[in-house]
Amino acid sequence: MEKTTRTSKEWVDQMLREHYQDAREAKKQGRLVCWSTSIAPQELLTTMDIVTLYPENHAANIGARRDTETFIQHTEKQGYSSDLCSYARVNLAYAELQHSEAENMPMPDFLLCTSNICHTVIKWYENLSKELNIPLILFDTPFNHTDEIQEHNAAYMERQLYHIIDQLEEITGREFDYDKLQRVMAISNETCDWWNKATQLAAAHPSPLNGFDIFNYMAIIVFARGTQEARDLFHLWHDELQEKIAQGQGPWKDKEEEYRVLWDGIACWPYLRFTYKTLKDLGINMVTSTYPKSWTVSYETGDVRGMAKAYSGNVYPNRNLNYDVENMVNLARKFDLDGIIFHSNRSCKLMDFRQYEVQRRVLEECGVPSVLFDGDQTDPRLFSEAQYDTRIQALAEMMAENKAKKRRAAQ
Amino acid sequence: MFLGIDIGSSSSKVVILSPQREIVTAQVVNLGTGTRGAAQALELAYTAAKLQPEAIRRTVATGYGRMTFSGADKQITEISCHAKGARFLAPGLRTIIDVGGQDTKAIRLSPTGLVDNFVMNDKCAAGTGRFLEVMSRVLGCTLEELSGLAEAGTEPVSISNLCTVFAESEVISHLAAGVPLENVAAGAIRSVALRVGGMAQRVGVEPEVGMTGGGALNAALVEAIGEAVGCPLRPLPQPQTIGALGAALFAWEMGRGA
Repeated sequence: MEKTTRTSKEWVDQMLREHYQDAREAKKQGRLVCWSTSIAPQELLTTMDIVTLYPENHAANIGARRDTETFIQHTEKQGYSSDLCSYARVNLAYAELQHSEAENMPMPDFLLCTSNICHTVIKWYENLSKELNIPLILFDTPFNHTDEIQEHNAAYMERQLYHIIDQLEEITGREFDYDKLQRVMAISNETCDWWNKATQLAAAHPSPLNGFDIFNYMAIIVFARGTQEARDLFHLWHDELQEKIAQGQGPWKDKEEEYRVLWDGIACWPYLRFTYKTLKDLGINMVTSTYPKSWTVSYETGDVRGMAKAYSGNVYPNRNLNYDVENMVNLARKFDLDGIIFHSNRSCKLMDFRQYEVQRRVLEECGVPSVLFDGDQTDPRLFSEAQYDTRIQALAEMMAENKAKKRRAAQ
Repeated sequence: MFLGIDIGSSSSKVVILSPQREIVTAQVVNLGTGTRGAAQALELAYTAAKLQPEAIRRTVATGYGRMTFSGADKQITEISCHAKGARFLAPGLRTIIDVGGQDTKAIRLSPTGLVDNFVMNDKCAAGTGRFLEVMSRVLGCTLEELSGLAEAGTEPVSISNLCTVFAESEVISHLAAGVPLENVAAGAIRSVALRVGGMAQRVGVEPEVGMTGGGALNAALVEAIGEAVGCPLRPLPQPQTIGALGAALFAWEMGRGA
């Protein structure tokens, strides 16, 4: 591991800055640039030394700077529906405007779309492909209606990965290096392992981790999963958190952790600070989330079918209702949750449609109270601060009652 | 004395409780957060109770304006306050439906009266008091008259739009087609009742069910919601001030501990 005195947070900031800067530089030098959906088999691209950028990351970045309105308005002027995913609306506009105050992505030479996160991405990427007149590589990962991933689907996905390799060879005019793939797979697994280990440390009491940091660090697991730098970064993060546990430190210097909650769904990027501060003021720490776990893509190094299955099975929007409920109940127990916050995200129908039923079943199975609020990942027009505030405070009041009840029972 | 103030989106309510938890006064001013409503409701309450503000030992604020009201010892949400106030009036309540100005909620209580779960309206104003305000404006009656009008309706029209603005045009087209006002009013009430009933079913309806908030003053709505949830609603006195009553009860609990 790299010897360094910088903190993991400083490292993250630096990697984020360099990510876009390096990509722009690489494009100038003639290297091929790919735009990819967020949970994609980057192993193949990394092996081929392709500069990969992630429009969802980029849209979130623009969202966090409250700079999405220009893009959203542009796409809506073009005739796209305001019901379309706001990441798509931001990116389709960016592809035309090619400038944002947040960060600038170099334009792609080809696209990679993986359908594990949703099916909107297929149409979104098809449009990009047509508008920019560049090749689109599709990795189709059928939705898992059954509890386990079906072998015929695994075989279908494995064949596709080999086909993608053929397509990459054709686009780059270079031969695919299978030995290098082994090395990239090994590193990717190690990175995911450290990412997972670090985020799991939030199970400690109090949690050493302020969970909103997960949303921050997440950008790295998206774009640098196959690199030693990311692996070392998450290793460092893990060690820092372990050190905090040893010293009994909680998530904040100026506040005690009173309640532990899970956040379901994507962050509300334009209101990241507000949503965070409302929680912190009430002593509520988000200790875990269903969402960042999607990047713990683990498989045996060298096992291409296993890798295909990991990309299909690790992403909860691609799994059935039972999986979602079971996963949340397990998290509730493991992280000793006091409550759950469901972000009903206007953009993400796939995540929203089953939230009521997940909420009902999780309450039934483990009695953890929850609230649901309306918002959007990047469209700032779809969130009300007062509504969020009331729902979160009501949750805090329920959690306080539950704690008082437990204390009374213990006496 | 203990004071509860509920500053909603369209009205402000104040309840003052005696140390024996008797309601000394309950006042409503039909002006909500961001207006002089809260100050007026307080003035009315002090005058009616013949009290000086100094006589108040503890104050709890609730409602959308709770955070901007500076005179409170504590802010507690409408959810907990409605639960507290309603259970005080009717100790057997297990489900509360509150139709307020811009929020509607269904709250399920444990046998001991704690909030077990709640659901609030999502997305928009459908199913709230604001929806009914818009409807009465189109029908050319006051909010108070809407109930009587709806009760006279024999064949409620169907209003299918969730969006208040779309529903408004739907109502206008019914009126243009010559549908009697009464049937349109009954349709508007029914559409709110179905929406609220759906929310209540989601939280799980457990009898007894009571209704709080300004919506409970509308007899036609109370009846329609009763039908929608499958059990008659228990009438509660002064439903509009139940949130403020709950806040005053919390103030009383705080004061008693002090």
